[in-house]
Amino acid sequence: MPPVRRSALGPEMTATETRPRALEEQFESLDAQHDARKLGMWIFLATEVMFFGGLFMTYTIYRELYLPGFEQGSHLLEVRWGALNTGVLILSSLTMALAVRSAQVAARRFITIGLLGITMLLGTAFLAIKFLLEWRHDYAQHLVPGINFAYAGPYAAHVQLFFCFYFFMTALHALHLIIGIGILAVLAFLTWRGRFSDQYYSPLEVAALYWHFVDIVWIFLFPLLYLIGGR
Amino acid sequence: MSVDVAELSSRSRVHYLNESYGVKSWLLTTDHKRIALLYLVSITFMFLVGAAAAALMRIQLLEPNGAIVQPETYNKLFSIHGIIMVFFFLIPSIPAVLGNFLVPMMIGARDVAFPKLNLLSWYIYVVGSLFTLYCVIFGGVDTGWTFYTPFSSTYSNTHVLAAALGIFITGFSSILTGLNFIVTIHRMRAPGMTWFRLPLFIWSIYATSVIFVLGTPVLAITLVLLTLERVLHVGIFDPALGGDPLLFQDLFWFYSHPAVYIMVLPAMGVVSELVAAYSRKRIYGYSFVAFSSLSIAFISFLVWGHHMFVSGQSIYAGLVFSFMSFLVAIPSAIKVFNWTATLYKGSISYDAPMLYALGFIGLFTMGGLTGLFLASLATDVHLNGTYFIVAHFHYIMVGGAVMGFMGGIHFWWPKITGRLYPDKWARLAALIIFAGFNLTFFPQFMLGYLGMPRRYAVYPAQFQVLNVMSTAGATILGIGYMIPLIYLIWSIRYGPAAGPNPWRAKGLEWQTPSPPPKENFDETPIVTEEAYAYATSPPERPRA
Repeated sequence: MPPVRRSALGPEMTATETRPRALEEQFESLDAQHDARKLGMWIFLATEVMFFGGLFMTYTIYRELYLPGFEQGSHLLEVRWGALNTGVLILSSLTMALAVRSAQVAARRFITIGLLGITMLLGTAFLAIKFLLEWRHDYAQHLVPGINFAYAGPYAAHVQLFFCFYFFMTALHALHLIIGIGILAVLAFLTWRGRFSDQYYSPLEVAALYWHFVDIVWIFLFPLLYLIGGR
Repeated sequence: MSVDVAELSSRSRVHYLNESYGVKSWLLTTDHKRIALLYLVSITFMFLVGAAAAALMRIQLLEPNGAIVQPETYNKLFSIHGIIMVFFFLIPSIPAVLGNFLVPMMIGARDVAFPKLNLLSWYIYVVGSLFTLYCVIFGGVDTGWTFYTPFSSTYSNTHVLAAALGIFITGFSSILTGLNFIVTIHRMRAPGMTWFRLPLFIWSIYATSVIFVLGTPVLAITLVLLTLERVLHVGIFDPALGGDPLLFQDLFWFYSHPAVYIMVLPAMGVVSELVAAYSRKRIYGYSFVAFSSLSIAFISFLVWGHHMFVSGQSIYAGLVFSFMSFLVAIPSAIKVFNWTATLYKGSISYDAPMLYALGFIGLFTMGGLTGLFLASLATDVHLNGTYFIVAHFHYIMVGGAVMGFMGGIHFWWPKITGRLYPDKWARLAALIIFAGFNLTFFPQFMLGYLGMPRRYAVYPAQFQVLNVMSTAGATILGIGYMIPLIYLIWSIRYGPAAGPNPWRAKGLEWQTPSPPPKENFDETPIVTEEAYAYATSPPERPRA
């Protein structure tokens, strides 16, 4: 715990009062710290938008150029698994928001931990469906470019290009989700240790922003990849 | 030697340099000032590696048939020179060193908003540079710093992946630094430090940070796509498989043109501080200079196609990009005119930092104006791919960014170390650098205009005189850079104590002791006046 300096305290506080444990040295108050962290995450999300944005733009250009091949590729995907996963992620966003809310209103600790746990479970379910059902199926169908790809129909090169984007975009999304699950695990542990309160819950809120962003990326990916050319 | 009061106080007082000792206290520090010094040491090392490559290139070009190395080696030399100087020296130079040191101090904060992220960004930078050094030591890369496909994806047999990975990793260091600065500038300003009382250096760093945050991820994703293409042969940029190699250039320059402004915007911020301090005047047209930084950042994202006029890009796209490139000259010119107007009737003193600032103004103007030659569609067809381009961007990157960096280091060195450097040596070095720089790169404008292409290990005999001039200039320039390296290191131990404000400059960073205490200010400062409130500024008109 850093030493308390008089100048570091707000006008209404006296030097005998101690700073809250969660308040870092460089901030004047928990509110200021909370605001800064939220702004930091929003800026990080702007970075992420540009990161995925480069891919979305590249995808859009090739889809414009090679629509028939992309349609054929899209029709080889299992749309029911994609749709199920969309539902799973939207549900996880709800439980994530509820977890933040429960910390905010100082609900009992096990409720917050439970909601975080459900969110992590839903995230894991998404990954299981993605990897164990979809990708394994794709591999069996020889649809993995560079590793196991064979396609006999017309526009084979363009179908391969489609699958490049399919695998890369979903893999990048899955990587973000895995990181998100890891973050939630840490937060659940910290909640159990009693680190959060109705005064201090900014890590939960910031992590929730990230989680919702990862969901939103999927909301864009699903129609772009699974629903091309009418099915 | 007499020991004055300032000397005594700087020895006995606890400040950020002596509050703890040992390797661990540096490698685990979250103090923005110490992190700035970690960066300073790292980028100086990378600069020396990049400079060594440049020295070998200039020796090679002494003779038309090449003096020392095979053409394959020459390709690796210019590639590694470009990669290291751009990604590992210029981009982090002013933001990560001076920005880290000064942003919290100039706005009256105790630290940046996220000190741990700040330290993490340095570690990321180190890991990225290790990949690049691996690539240099174990055989190099020959694609040029631009990694154009399909050469980099299919044909090159060198360490493209290590180099690309190094740049990819270092990108996250830039992103975290930019993010940290944006939040710090928004949320950590001292009471009374309104947006329009901020020093112009802060406005420049803010604009730079926006480019960091929005541009760098696009380069990152591009390099990942390149890696996939190279490893899996999947055809994202391979025309044989339906891919488009031009798309790589679009994506690459979408980041890498704004990256030029990452290099020069912070230098412009430094020059604004120096011109005001050494003219003892408020900067002329403060808000114009401030907003020109933001508009440069904005327009910089819309001009990337001017690198691709002769690549087969649509002629209509070329027209638009040409127009936008001319547009970016306007905010740049606003800055130059406003600095010049600040000098007018100022009490100018020609200390070493001011010599660098004046050098910047002249060289940046030349670099900027020759940029217009290249932004014009017709002249670009003649000049593209020649030494004219090499000369143009070195006037911006070395004549601009490095001059700004050197000026800034000299200006804030007493604040950083608490010591003064020998002023006569510093002025001499500034003049040597200015002369050496011009002798190196001005002949290259002529070479390019006469048609000598860039990136060749050999050249026709009629170009030899100009090439020898250029190499002679590079030698002088190299000596010019060595002198400050020596006397600055000397001054850390032997320099006289500087006192809090040796230049009698305005700004919060000068109101605290040198070197500053760990918390920067003993008490959170309260700001009551505008930036650059020098005495010779016209007094505010009394209310009627």
